[in-house]
Amino acid sequence: MEKKNWPLWEVFIRSRQGLHHKHAGSLHAADEQMAIENARDVYTRRNEGISIWVVESKHIHASSPAESEALFDPANDKVYRHPTFYDIPDEIKHM
Amino acid sequence: MADITALEAHFQNTIDQEIKIEPKDWMPDAYRKTLIRQISQHAHSEIVGMLPEGNWITRAPSLRRKVALLAKVQDEAGHGLYLYSACETLGVERNELVEQLHDGRAKYSSIFNYPTLTWADIGVIGWLVDGAAIMNQVPLCRCSYGPYARAMVRVCKEESFHQRQGYEILLTLSKGTEAQRRMLQDAVNRWWWPSLMMFGPNDADSPHTAQSMKWKIKRFTNDELRQKFVDVCVDQAKLLNVTLPDPDLKWNEERGHYDFGEINWDEFWQVVKGHGPCNKERIDTRRRAHEEGAWVREAAMAFAEKQARRRAEESSQVA
Repeated sequence: MEKKNWPLWEVFIRSRQGLHHKHAGSLHAADEQMAIENARDVYTRRNEGISIWVVESKHIHASSPAESEALFDPANDKVYRHPTFYDIPDEIKHM
Repeated sequence: MADITALEAHFQNTIDQEIKIEPKDWMPDAYRKTLIRQISQHAHSEIVGMLPEGNWITRAPSLRRKVALLAKVQDEAGHGLYLYSACETLGVERNELVEQLHDGRAKYSSIFNYPTLTWADIGVIGWLVDGAAIMNQVPLCRCSYGPYARAMVRVCKEESFHQRQGYEILLTLSKGTEAQRRMLQDAVNRWWWPSLMMFGPNDADSPHTAQSMKWKIKRFTNDELRQKFVDVCVDQAKLLNVTLPDPDLKWNEERGHYDFGEINWDEFWQVVKGHGPCNKERIDTRRRAHEEGAWVREAAMAFAEKQARRRAEESSQVA
């Protein structure tokens, strides 16, 4: 009985030219080439993609939900970063 | 350390607001366990579900039917993989899940323990079995656990082709010879009741339902979904000119639903406990496939390691 698992890879798909690659899911594969081939079969059977990225899951570093306040709250009270914060006379149609 | 009651209250409040739970969020152990059990069971069902249909790929009556059936079985492999990957976000290893299936600790949908005796069975599986699965799966797209919900969106999109290809097979048989129409009716007779069983025990006998509804893993009860399924099937059966094998099936004006007969729960529990017509065959086939594929998995890993080693050596020589 083999004990060594194929590593886990995260799959990102670009659905068409001009769009970002977007996380689609994960899969197991022995190496990056096989990960791309498996991702083709698992995540793009109906033309969902024109480009695939795979990243071994262990290389992804994520922020922790526990620190999300510290990370994201500072942006909450900065309304002046949005265009609607500024008063512009109505005569100016587009700005 | 944060107070567990406060964490639980926050968790339930998040769910009540219809905000999804994601893998790294805090969740009660029981929620995690319930999801691992349900998602892995669901994944196993997709994988085992390939077997009854795979039985007919080589004998499909035309090339058109054959490519459709192949594509459907390939989708089921894909669905199994989406679901395993969703399940792994809960901190369980793929190998562990596969072992649980192979040693009988994990279940899969009992429907796949029935044999596919004729070509009409392939049509009926698409119509009734996939139809029942869709009824169950559509609400799961709104499940509180993000990765499961996202996997289900993908599954549901693909599943509707499965049901239509099945129904088309049956429609063709219904316009065929006398023998083909008999074959169709026979398949419906054998699959109707097991399909109703797919929704699980009656609500009164389903101890997990209340908690799963509170956690918004489940959105409807087993009986609600089963009723919906019966209601849509009646008209679809008429169009195929088949009768559904239930003398108690009739429209109830007052309820606005079809009444239907009592399910044979003894049969249901027998099959769940491993005594269905194909339980042993299905698990033996899965185990054999896994064991006979072991050398491929090992060889691929060895090759990948060798390639990585070579690359490392080359780059150190360059440097």
